Amino acid sequence: MNAVADTRPIETGSRVEGARSLRKIGYVALNTYRETVRDKVLYNLVLFALLMIGSSYVLGAVSVYQEIKVIKDLGLAAISVFGMVIAIFIGIGLVSKEMDKRTLYSVLPKPISRTQFLLGKYFGLCFTLLVNVLVMTVGLYVLLFLMKHPFDPALLKAIFLIYLKLTLLVAVAILFSTFTSSILAGLFAGFVYVAGYFSSDLKNLESVVESTFLPQLTRVLYYVLPNFKNFDVKAAVVAGDPVPWTQLSWATAYAAIYVGLLLVGSCWIFSKRNLK
Amino acid sequence: MRALETRGLTKDYPTGSLLQKMKRALHPLDLEVEEGETFGLIGPNGAGKTTTLKLLLGLVFPTGGEARIMGRPLGDPEVKQQIGYLPEQPYFYDYLTGRELLNYFGQLFGLSRQERDVRSRELLEKTGMTDAADVPLRKYSKGMTQRLGIAQALVNRPRLVFLDEPMSGLDPVGRREISHLIRELHDSGTTVFFCSHILSDVEQLCDRVAILNRGKLIEAGRLTDIIDVSLHAVEVVVEGLSPELEKRIAASFREIRPHGPRSHISFPDIPSFEKALPVLIEGGAHLVSVNPVKETLEDHFFREVNAGGRE
Repeated sequence: MNAVADTRPIETGSRVEGARSLRKIGYVALNTYRETVRDKVLYNLVLFALLMIGSSYVLGAVSVYQEIKVIKDLGLAAISVFGMVIAIFIGIGLVSKEMDKRTLYSVLPKPISRTQFLLGKYFGLCFTLLVNVLVMTVGLYVLLFLMKHPFDPALLKAIFLIYLKLTLLVAVAILFSTFTSSILAGLFAGFVYVAGYFSSDLKNLESVVESTFLPQLTRVLYYVLPNFKNFDVKAAVVAGDPVPWTQLSWATAYAAIYVGLLLVGSCWIFSKRNLK
Repeated sequence: MRALETRGLTKDYPTGSLLQKMKRALHPLDLEVEEGETFGLIGPNGAGKTTTLKLLLGLVFPTGGEARIMGRPLGDPEVKQQIGYLPEQPYFYDYLTGRELLNYFGQLFGLSRQERDVRSRELLEKTGMTDAADVPLRKYSKGMTQRLGIAQALVNRPRLVFLDEPMSGLDPVGRREISHLIRELHDSGTTVFFCSHILSDVEQLCDRVAILNRGKLIEAGRLTDIIDVSLHAVEVVVEGLSPELEKRIAASFREIRPHGPRSHISFPDIPSFEKALPVLIEGGAHLVSVNPVKETLEDHFFREVNAGGRE
């Protein structure tokens, strides 16, 4: 039978619909991962982050008796900052770039829902971030090993929370990416990150400002914006203070709920959107 | 069962950002496409062809009306499993190779690894892309991207395939190959729905056509029904036509246009030509060609669109 002319229906198997749906999310995630790892910008960022971690060795050398502290401080900061840059700059383009370049036109008519597509994009970027964070973590531990510092598992707690923060930030970036341009989505996501970092200060603003409107606004922002400080235990870990497992569990639940809500919102907006 | 049916399918787009004024991109559209036929949707730029395709493919949502594909409503997952689509000026993930793209789309259709491998190989060969199969798409020319676009539209062996400007960006060889491929699809029973500006392709390939203009359906039907198939003229090319000979057939022809040593003579009908033919031969003229002139789809299209445009 002719190759093109063959009209036999494709065998799709008899697996349950749920498993099939998860597989499709996985395919999109894998393709998103492939997209990001083939992007030279990502390599430049990771290389820069590793250089920054490496440069902490030099700074540590001039900080008498503080070498290890400086290396840990700068190392964790590098993982956080460069992870944030990757999360925002790649996250904002995940959907809007596909619309601008019209690659969506050939994907969405395939048997995949918009929700599956969006979730696949989200998990694909989270996987990319996981690999990057792991690479940077290995870089940090190698440096500490060269400094003859014993393995410090507490650093992993800080890095785990940094990763949770990044997954939340990706969800924020994707939400904006579903209804606005890449540039605006980047600006909005950046604003949410900064405002979310200082959200506890927003709550306290009412005690120092006499206006009635501003405190109301900041209170709303406090409750709506994710509190990114919940994921910041860098100072405690570097100082050797204990970070209880309950704090990690609470932060995980907090991130899961926020990410869930943001993804539900993103999927809803994206499912209603006309692709012009 | 009809492959495609629309009833009052309508699309309005907001034009003003604040006032939300609506512009009608597609007026209520009633279309029927039978299974196995090759259907052409034609119209000038902005006629609503791509909007119609986007509505059928779920890329935009209708303001009103409904559509059914293979008897099922739009958005039904079973529908997507049975259709293929080539977008106009397609753009694919340029970090993938041609083979990777087909493999990815095969995954979305639920094909097994073996099926994907076999199908990719078949389609790459069929579209003349085997040599470029492992080259990243960012290095593809426009024609190569178009060929790959056609391959990806067929990866699931669709029962209904939508092709938006399938010949765009192709050289004459490519156009001929894709025409051949569309005929093969037709012969195998696949329903082909395509939009094109190249009316000669539509005329050659389609069983039925619909003409859209300014978002409105002007006409739909079989080519033989909508085009006037009667003879309009007989175009004859001769060599060695002397002024005396021209005078002798003056009563028969409509127009003579000299082209170097040759003359193009237009006769209004066959009897006029038959009357003039012996005079031409006896007078020493050599007959080069004889062509009956009928209305083409292009003639019909321009007449209909111009009539609509002047309303």
